[in-house]
Amino acid sequence: MKLIKIILAMAGLVATPIVTIAGEDSQLTINEEPFVTSVAAPAHLENVDTIYSGWTFRTDETQALQMDDFDNPAFVFIDQAIDTFNAVDGSAGKACVSCHESPEVFKGLRASMPRVNGSGELETIPELVNNCRTERMGAEKWKWSGGKMAGMIGLIGLQSRGMTVDVAINGPATSMWEKGKELYYQRVGQLDMSCSNCHEDNYGNMIRADHLSQGQINGFPTYRLKNAKLNTIHGRFKGCMKNIRATPFKEGSDEFKALELYVASRSNGLMIETPSVRN
Amino acid sequence: MKLFAKTAFAAALLGSASFAGSIAPSDVQFGESGEIQASLTGVAGDAANGRKLFMNRKKGNCLACHVNTEMSEQTFHGEVGPELDGVADRYETEALRGILVNSKMMFEGTIMPAFYKDAGYNRTLKKFIGKTILEAQEVEDVLAYLSTLKE
Repeated sequence: MKLIKIILAMAGLVATPIVTIAGEDSQLTINEEPFVTSVAAPAHLENVDTIYSGWTFRTDETQALQMDDFDNPAFVFIDQAIDTFNAVDGSAGKACVSCHESPEVFKGLRASMPRVNGSGELETIPELVNNCRTERMGAEKWKWSGGKMAGMIGLIGLQSRGMTVDVAINGPATSMWEKGKELYYQRVGQLDMSCSNCHEDNYGNMIRADHLSQGQINGFPTYRLKNAKLNTIHGRFKGCMKNIRATPFKEGSDEFKALELYVASRSNGLMIETPSVRN
Repeated sequence: MKLFAKTAFAAALLGSASFAGSIAPSDVQFGESGEIQASLTGVAGDAANGRKLFMNRKKGNCLACHVNTEMSEQTFHGEVGPELDGVADRYETEALRGILVNSKMMFEGTIMPAFYKDAGYNRTLKKFIGKTILEAQEVEDVLAYLSTLKE
């Protein structure tokens, strides 16, 4: 395996560490279709030249699981979501399929989310799903990171797999994007760390047994070997914050939505890999 | 058994008595380059316990970020911070104490957490509010262990 070395200028105890990214020459193919897993960083990124999919940082074994849908454990949940998509639920006697001909109509959605809607609100896919459920189906809301929701947003996201992430950060999104950026660089918790401390300054480094990635979210919801289920973006943010002994924001909160917008924009140029496999 | 319990209780009292004599996190005096002259407790550090704290994921977890060859029996060593082989040759004890207590006093902007600081954080998880990562004596114990890392 060829290794590439990136010299990072970092503040603090380490002056100029050498960061090694394994797997740089490994080519991600999914069902034999090639995927872009590293690309020039979007112009708004000041401290990073190249962006890497989280797939790049995983072991050969974990990488392999994502390369064929028959091997990818996430598809158990995708299959369940297809059943849910077709099942009537709620007082209006409707299923998803009553209004949306098939999951395929959502092709492209995942690659541009989150986005600002006509009312100037930042919206995410789980919110769109729950709006449908409560407004049109007369059904109960799903929990943000519950199994039903994670499966459904996995199914919706899958339709955009292979498309290039292209999240809008200008115009009406600007203020929320700025807020998300501020959160990304804000130190929190007793360990007093920001997202950037690990995922910008130290990607490629081991933190004990974990290989730090850039924290890209283009593969979410992601199947984690650690908990054997689909994990949502906000669920992962929450886990990260707890790890650094910080009180997490709530899933679906304005803070996490803004952070999602900002983090998604850091992956502009990578491909949607939903549902990815990570450890 | 009863006698044992009493002895343990007395030992616990003695233990807390020694903590009572330790310098509070807010009272720690840093020198100009972030070093700390005085022991936090006045009690000599226990290097063997320091070694345990160094690898304990709920305590120092120093190994999460630092390679330490002396601990090569442990499988995973982090790469975020500098290697600690021979760290006692490179830093005076007082400097190491400062780095453990709050490394930001010496290295502005470092990712390294402050292990003996109990305030000034943002959104700390409830159970850690007002707490330090390590107790005063634990800092001295880790320091005693680091002082053995010479090449």
